[in-house]
Amino acid sequence: MNRIAILLGVLGIVALLAPFAGPFVILLLAHILVLGIVAMSVDLLLGYTGLPSLGQAAYLGVGAYLTAILATKFGVGLGWDFWLVIALGMAAGAATAAFFGLFAIRASGVYFLMITLALGMCVWGLAYRWNSLTGGDNGINMRGRPSFAGMRLADDLTFFYLVLAFFIASFFALHLLVSSPFGKSLVGIRERELRMRILGYNTWLHKYIAFVIAGAFGGLAGVLWAHLNGIVSPSDVLLPASVDVLLMVVLGGPGTLAGGLIGAGVVVFLRDYLATVVPWWQYVLGTVYVLTILYMPSGIMGLFKGGKA
Amino acid sequence: MNRKVFTAIAALALSTGTSAQELKIGFLAPMTGIFAQIGKDMENGFQMYLDEQKGNFAGAKVTFIVEDEEGKPPVGVRKAEKLARQDNVQMLVGGLLASTGYAIAPVSTRLKTVYVLSIAAADDLTQRDLKEYPYIVRTSWSSSQPHHPLGKWACENGYKRVVTVGADYAFGHEVAGGFQKAFEDCGGRVIQKIWPPLGTKDFGPYIPTIKRDADAVFTVMVGPMALQFPKQMQEAGIKTPLIGGGTSYDEFVLPSMGDEVLGHVSALQYSAALDTPKNREFVRKYREKYGKVPSYYSESNYTTAQMIHEVMKQTKGRWPGPEKFIAAMTQLKLEAVRGPVRFDDMRNPIQNIYIKKVEKKRMFGYEKDELWNTVIQTYPDVSQFWTYGKDAFLKQPVYSRDFPPCKYCN
Repeated sequence: MNRIAILLGVLGIVALLAPFAGPFVILLLAHILVLGIVAMSVDLLLGYTGLPSLGQAAYLGVGAYLTAILATKFGVGLGWDFWLVIALGMAAGAATAAFFGLFAIRASGVYFLMITLALGMCVWGLAYRWNSLTGGDNGINMRGRPSFAGMRLADDLTFFYLVLAFFIASFFALHLLVSSPFGKSLVGIRERELRMRILGYNTWLHKYIAFVIAGAFGGLAGVLWAHLNGIVSPSDVLLPASVDVLLMVVLGGPGTLAGGLIGAGVVVFLRDYLATVVPWWQYVLGTVYVLTILYMPSGIMGLFKGGKA
Repeated sequence: MNRKVFTAIAALALSTGTSAQELKIGFLAPMTGIFAQIGKDMENGFQMYLDEQKGNFAGAKVTFIVEDEEGKPPVGVRKAEKLARQDNVQMLVGGLLASTGYAIAPVSTRLKTVYVLSIAAADDLTQRDLKEYPYIVRTSWSSSQPHHPLGKWACENGYKRVVTVGADYAFGHEVAGGFQKAFEDCGGRVIQKIWPPLGTKDFGPYIPTIKRDADAVFTVMVGPMALQFPKQMQEAGIKTPLIGGGTSYDEFVLPSMGDEVLGHVSALQYSAALDTPKNREFVRKYREKYGKVPSYYSESNYTTAQMIHEVMKQTKGRWPGPEKFIAAMTQLKLEAVRGPVRFDDMRNPIQNIYIKKVEKKRMFGYEKDELWNTVIQTYPDVSQFWTYGKDAFLKQPVYSRDFPPCKYCN
């Protein structure tokens, strides 16, 4: 509980200071939060269930493309129906994961890694090749963010607060999930699946449900991602995007949820902020990765000894 | 403490006092990833002009900020936002891929910042989508622009049946589409269209499917693809002549190519082998400074810098605001390195298009035999609409995988 209080405190301070930050910094903060949601969804799989997914960008992509297509082709999702798109995005992410899960959940370890990678690339292939729907390599340019109830999300600060709200909601939802008996069974599967099976758990189903839920949160992040960038492009779905998210979780500390946010913060800060200051930012990022893996196997969160999740 | 505050205020006052005579240019090019070297060529071109002017455009001190767009459109958008909102640049320049151009153009509209497309060639930015982007101007070319004349040239030089092999993305579609349109309008026939993905490294699966009764193969290759395809064609023993889109044989890839490309023909608005005093001088200086022959990526950005300078001369170094800048820029008539350049009313250059043949020879007094894109024919003052006229041209859809349709396939 203590750690949650700290997290909320930090987010609260950031929220208070945000109006005084420069416009670019606010955009980066929103980036961190959206990627934080994706990272938490990966953490549910990697940290709690022991499934290293290398295809999480696929669900982000599904949510993002859905948002962009609805907005540009049908004009849906630019007013109150933004909330409908949020629901649809989550549903689409979950549905895609439900389909992919049929193939992926059979495997574990490196094989799971490879299968999720391959399935993720299928989504990329669709995005890249299905020109009439996705705009191919050009992607889809959005025409402005939604506005409803006097809230203009086109204003970056307003949008940042909305993303923050979604992040906190997602955090609590996932926190509830991992604290529930279902969450405990996932940890059991991570520690020793065979024993769980002998105890009478349908471990396949548990893993499958976790996979689908992770997909739903990926889809949610996708909706926000599309509006954040104003463009959806196949490179959002490409392998490096998935790898980044996985690294964020490893960096922040798997099995902590909040670690994903910290990892996202470090990566985005180093790549998008430091990169604008010095040209050798890649060495810094690489060094951070290597040092984390060598000396902090439980990630940055491991530094705050708060007991095991 | 008080003194510190005072100096800070003084510094602030000074900096705002001189800001009218400062020009901040945000430059977007890939600095990492597979297109990093092309990005370097782009930056070098611009930097060389800046250095020649000692960083001073008609009294305005130029601050040149380069950001890495990684060849990915969303990153390009992010960096454009950073340049416009954190660094407060007056204009954005660059963007390599057509898709990056499409992505940054809306940012320029949203933030009311000038965006000079110094490379990104996506046709529709200065065609059907132009009305959405009041702050863009293009200084390079539209994808199909050089390939209309090339289509005509191919048809007039005895090619009747052609197979096209093009990278499968908007740029590839537009280049091949422009070629096909002009080629077929003059009586030629495109009998097959093959679309390998952008970045294909092995053409093994595609080469055997090329129809053997073709008179020529027209290619649209980008970056490393350009090196691979002619090599594999030669290894497969196929003697069909190759002609190519501008990027299949530009000076960025040419030095890495071998004798297998001798005699291949391509078209572009620039060739390093252009035998004019201006270009001779440009090639000499560029080569001295950077140790390589300038590619069109370098020339285009050099010329872009020159154009910006010309506008600043008119305003005596004062930033005129985005609307007036765009208006002044599109009125320019310039003797550029590539030849005479002016703009059409859709803010795309009207310029010479050079039909070029790869030859091995000595040029400009260099000692070694090297590959050069010898100009074999010049089409003067080519606009993006070729001979079709603006209105008629804009009525047809943008070139795509399926337009123009392949009437003579099968």
